[in-house]
Amino acid sequence: MINLKLNKLDVKAEQGWTILETAKYYGLEIPTLCYNEGLSTYGGCRLCLVEIGEGENTKLVSSCTYPVEEGLVVHTDTKRVLNARKMMIELMLSVAPNSKTIQDLASKFGVTQMRFEARNEECILCGLCVRMCAEQMDGKAIGFQNRGHKRKISTPFDVRSEECRLCGGCMYICPACQLRCHGPDPDSDVCNACLTMDPTCVDVYDELQCWMYDAGRCGTCVREEEPNKKDIQNADKK
Amino acid sequence: MKNTNKSKSLDQIKKIIKEQKQARKEDDKITLTVSSGTCGQARGSMEVIDSLKETIEQKQLEDKVRVKVTGCHGFCEAEPNIIFQPDNIFYQHVKPKHSKDIIEKTALNKEILDQLLYTDPSTNEKAKKDEDISFYTKQERLVLGDNVLIDPTDINDYFSIGGYNSLLKTLETLNPEQVINTVKSSGIRGRGGAGFPTGIKWEFTRKAKSDEKYIICNADEGDPGAYMDRSLMEGNPHRVLEGMIIGAYAIGANQGFIYIRDEYPLALKNITLAIQQAKEFGLLGQNILDTGFGLEINIVKGAGAFVCGEETALIASVEGKVGEPKQRPPFPAVKGLWKKPTNINNVETWGNIPLIIEKGADWYSQIGTKDSKGTKIFSLVGKINNTGLVEVPMGITLREIIFDIGGGIPEGKKFKAVQTGGPSGGCLPAEKLDLPIDYESLTEAGSIMGSGGMIVMDENTCMVDVAKYFLNFLRDESCGKCLSCREGTQRMWEIVNKITEGNGKKGDIELLEELAYAVKDASMCGLGQTAANPVLSTLRYFRDEYEAHVVDKKCPAGVCKDLIRYIIIEDKCTGCMACIKPCPEDAITGELKKVHTLDENKCIRCGACYEACKFDAIKIE
Repeated sequence: MINLKLNKLDVKAEQGWTILETAKYYGLEIPTLCYNEGLSTYGGCRLCLVEIGEGENTKLVSSCTYPVEEGLVVHTDTKRVLNARKMMIELMLSVAPNSKTIQDLASKFGVTQMRFEARNEECILCGLCVRMCAEQMDGKAIGFQNRGHKRKISTPFDVRSEECRLCGGCMYICPACQLRCHGPDPDSDVCNACLTMDPTCVDVYDELQCWMYDAGRCGTCVREEEPNKKDIQNADKK
Repeated sequence: MKNTNKSKSLDQIKKIIKEQKQARKEDDKITLTVSSGTCGQARGSMEVIDSLKETIEQKQLEDKVRVKVTGCHGFCEAEPNIIFQPDNIFYQHVKPKHSKDIIEKTALNKEILDQLLYTDPSTNEKAKKDEDISFYTKQERLVLGDNVLIDPTDINDYFSIGGYNSLLKTLETLNPEQVINTVKSSGIRGRGGAGFPTGIKWEFTRKAKSDEKYIICNADEGDPGAYMDRSLMEGNPHRVLEGMIIGAYAIGANQGFIYIRDEYPLALKNITLAIQQAKEFGLLGQNILDTGFGLEINIVKGAGAFVCGEETALIASVEGKVGEPKQRPPFPAVKGLWKKPTNINNVETWGNIPLIIEKGADWYSQIGTKDSKGTKIFSLVGKINNTGLVEVPMGITLREIIFDIGGGIPEGKKFKAVQTGGPSGGCLPAEKLDLPIDYESLTEAGSIMGSGGMIVMDENTCMVDVAKYFLNFLRDESCGKCLSCREGTQRMWEIVNKITEGNGKKGDIELLEELAYAVKDASMCGLGQTAANPVLSTLRYFRDEYEAHVVDKKCPAGVCKDLIRYIIIEDKCTGCMACIKPCPEDAITGELKKVHTLDENKCIRCGACYEACKFDAIKIE
């Protein structure tokens, strides 16, 4: 067993686990997008960033690809992590604003603006389809082409591949092109519709079951809490 | 295993080295060494060599004078140049028509040809020998210096300057641990950019348990304006090989690779030849010099992806996969090429190893600063008088390199900034000129050591435009795996491009800065983590220029075409019509001896009129 510190807690992990797997085992949720349990890890979407190290020498790494080490110190929710993560979501959103998955992430993490020009490309190059095709469907019909800003996913030479059996695995797993967001105007906006809905947790307030990952992030329960405090104060005065 | 016919034993090689050294000492022929790296050849060194050889043949002077084709001498500005041995007379800008005089007058009668001497731009004095030239005096050419002495295609020439002596010393007297300790205590750090201590890296790989280990020489030099690795490979390939063999012996590797970009045909040719020659002499192969230690070195050609200079991407490329970085750990020293422990060093690092072994760690660690030891080769380019490769001890200031060695800025212009470390590096302003060059201080100032590119910029350079140039390079060269790097560089480029086009809005600079920090933080490999440096360093030191573009819609340096206009100053215009002809858009009209007019709607701001005007009657606003 490997000993490490996860958000100031001493935890143990199996040899070969990643930080993400360890966090999941301990019930700590880290958002992911290009990660899928059935596929090899990729580390491309940069959503699962965590901060490792202590003191001045800390750095951000993708928890889905980083193996646990003895004595590793991990923080999953520092300001640095959240800032970077928010920027990643904003970047993704500006590429594929129609994706419900990404709009939901934006809502969840309080990304309320899109400062880059929307491109509506519908592919965020997370590579899930490429790995799905190769690893689960044994197809290897699609892959990445080019690099940098010219990168795209396609079949070799952009022609219909004989390897493709039209199984649809790539579409099934795609976080961007299948589930469409039906918010007000996702093309040019961040819909944030989910933020305006009433969360279920307010009725039965439970810190451990917060649907915004950590208690108090969305603010609804805090709003609920305040009158209670006043009641208590009032009661004290009386 | 038995020796093949040709391969030699340790003692035989020792004898050969001794003989060759003696031969060099006794050599009474006058040698004309012609700098003929890729750059020299591009400036016509081959024609010079041909005509020199022809002249020697015509005059039947073969036993008195010889022409030696060497690698780059470093002083690009003076190419093609000739250095005479043993007198060290230095001739620059040599043309085939000079060859008769060079042979007859200088070589035979020691008569100096004044017109071929280098003239110092600041003192106007002529320099006779290479050591008199300010470009060379402050340098310490420990690694590059031998380029002048040897023919890179001849292993005997390398023997004659004591080449492979360090390898013999290693094999004979040192065990692997001792080699690693020597390298460790010499304090040398990786010359490829990140500056990781080489000895510690070697130790990691040595300690990793495996049946097979690999060493790799990273010659995928891709920074714009950087060419020191190329010059070392072209001019002294055996030195790199010697370093690699010593490293392999210390690490316990039996297979090595040289990952070299295919755009370096001459370096590729010379290193291939060097490997072949080393094999013939038994310096490479199954059983090196009968010691039982074996090393094979293969060449892998890179296909031109900048990111393949990154260790894990390079390994993927050698394996035949797409060159994309992977998460570290596991580090290559533990799980590298084909999941075996692998040690990767840069060309220049390998080139330093024979020196450390020969002169010892104590000697080496005296050069440089507390944490950065030895010398570093920089390619000094841009707006600088003496363009070239300079090798200087660590700790030298930027001012010394740019003004003493580099001879300052041409045409008396003002120094504005220097960009170090390639696209991932940063721009340092005049206030930082007295910064001692070492890994830490450069990083602190917002740049990096990088592989050693050094681009000097004068007052006519727009820093926003510079940031745009590097971002454009990076958005092309990012592998595209990480969202942060792929989208980040693209979006940063979009914002900067918008600013240079005069469409910058309030808030753009802040957004650019926020994005830059996120890209730096969130990316997986070194490319992405440093991709924001061009933006961050220019924002740090030249924020006012960004603001001028966004708020005033002006480009202070007069570079960004959408933000400038050319104006004819009526008082100065003599009506000479010189500007009318070069204008491609017929935007300037006028008659002889009458003030011309410039139609701004037609003007495409190419600057042709500005260049053509002899009376400074056209200004940029």
